[in-house]
Amino acid sequence: MSSSVASPPQSGGRHQKKQNDKPASLWSDAWYDLRRKPAFVISAILIGVLLLMAIWPTLFSSVDPRACDLSVARQAPSAGHLFGRDNLGCDVYSRTIHAARNSIVIGVLTTVLVAVIGGLLGMVAAFYASMTDTVLSRLTEIFFAIPGILGALLIASTFRDQINSILLVIVSLTVLSWPMTFRIMRAAVITAKNQDFVVAARALGAGPSRLMFRHLLPNALAPVIVVSTINLGVFIAAEAALSFLGVGVQSPDISWGLMISDARDRFLDAPLPLIFPAVFLSITVLAFIMLGDAVRDALDPKLR
Amino acid sequence: MGRYVIRRLLQAIPVLLGATLLIFAIVFALPGDPIRALAGEKPPSPQVVEVLREQYHLNDPLLLQYWYYISGVLFRGDFGTTFQNVPVGDLMKATFPTTLQLALTALMIQAVIGVGLGLWAALRRGKAEDTMILASTLILISVPTLVSGFVLQLLLGVKLGLFPIAGTSEGWYSFLLPGFVLAGGSIAYLTRLTRTSLVETLRSDYIRTAVAKGMNRRRVVGRHGLRNALIPLVTFLGADLGNLMGGAVITERIFNINGVGSLLIRGVYERQQPIVVGVVTALVLVYILANLVVDLMYAVLDPRIRYE
Repeated sequence: MSSSVASPPQSGGRHQKKQNDKPASLWSDAWYDLRRKPAFVISAILIGVLLLMAIWPTLFSSVDPRACDLSVARQAPSAGHLFGRDNLGCDVYSRTIHAARNSIVIGVLTTVLVAVIGGLLGMVAAFYASMTDTVLSRLTEIFFAIPGILGALLIASTFRDQINSILLVIVSLTVLSWPMTFRIMRAAVITAKNQDFVVAARALGAGPSRLMFRHLLPNALAPVIVVSTINLGVFIAAEAALSFLGVGVQSPDISWGLMISDARDRFLDAPLPLIFPAVFLSITVLAFIMLGDAVRDALDPKLR
Repeated sequence: MGRYVIRRLLQAIPVLLGATLLIFAIVFALPGDPIRALAGEKPPSPQVVEVLREQYHLNDPLLLQYWYYISGVLFRGDFGTTFQNVPVGDLMKATFPTTLQLALTALMIQAVIGVGLGLWAALRRGKAEDTMILASTLILISVPTLVSGFVLQLLLGVKLGLFPIAGTSEGWYSFLLPGFVLAGGSIAYLTRLTRTSLVETLRSDYIRTAVAKGMNRRRVVGRHGLRNALIPLVTFLGADLGNLMGGAVITERIFNINGVGSLLIRGVYERQQPIVVGVVTALVLVYILANLVVDLMYAVLDPRIRYE
């Protein structure tokens, strides 16, 4: 993207590279800033470990998360079972590790869907303006009037048992969340639309799709990326909330929210089976929100 | 001013109708027969089915069904009945005040802590306190209610015995801990908002003039700075009331508070669609009204808005 001729100089290029005299693009500038931020490094390492956990959970735990033995229910932590056992006698450590996959899959897929749907509609609304914009914008206002967790709860509870529970969580969260990306993309495209390089491209005969994807998209992408990163954490927390309320991920699938819900009944005398997934959940959400914060600081030259 | 109010009121109507229609459509536009579900194992006689279908307007098209429902809600406060013929409105009347009390407690907690921390951070901008406050807002935002609720319940409620663990038997005092948990993320947003808003205000010309006049710092910050920085904060607090009422579902479940959120969850577990639709519709109405009031208040607080 940095070599793209079409994209205009977006930032002054504070950090000139030694080997070429082209001013640094927004992205390489941001990358330069990011690498030096402790918040970014910490969150990147955390996310790396989490991804590894999601892809290859057996690397961290050789115990079968579904091998449960009621006779050892709520056993205290021991050498073979680091986090102890839960109400059904399952290994808490192994379950906590294996739950990462569902959370990451739901978080990532929802984020991608929300970014693509909200982003595309936002760009179309801003680009074509007039009626298209009016209709889409009014539509987002309607979605905005429904508080996120309530709407997702409504959809998830209505369609449960009818489709796969993980898919349902993704759909419920997406339906309620795309309007935010829509607004951000729309605002960014409207700002970019009237700049000289777009007018010039249009005068040279560029069609709508070329204008949108070649010229407008790269210039409106930064805020969408920032909000998507933060959203990833928010969606993971929302999944846990839905699972806790009984309308999210369903057993035998494993999820942190579900583990918290299961451990809830005996929480006051056996808190550990609840605390461990809760800690993992919080760290995951923290990692993505911290990453989003760092990326925003790096991408928004105004804050410097 | 008058024109602004009228325009804003007119704008709220399609949003209100659209949002409630969306909720209604999601739940009732499904394939499947609610009467079958109501009857359970034993199939009812066709005559009974017909009477029930007629009674619940199930033979009418969706839009007409919706109209019967929403006109009942808006004009008569009638939210329909559960499958056991209990009016949903009565169930909500019994639980709504509890949730409102919880949300208001949360609002108060977040106003005090959020504005206080934000003020402190803004006045000590760039110093250690500022950095620490900003870092703690990150943590406040990141820890989900689900986690902070259980952890604080265990630490402050069970181990230290400072707060009641569950229920609302001790009046306002029993709402303090759940209120704090519910306010969690909003405290952080409010802190950041206060800080940004105040920092921006303190940079403006009239503050410089006030300082140049030799006015003391306390008066400059309190009278000139804070009062102007307050405008975005008030709007945030107002709009957040609706969010808090909706978000109370989880807090109420953790602390066993018998509010509207618990009613909603009961509706979900018992598959009582009328309860689910009723509660969500009511909460969305509160949300829209809160936003409307905030927008109108904004015009009162900031004269620049009115003359647009």
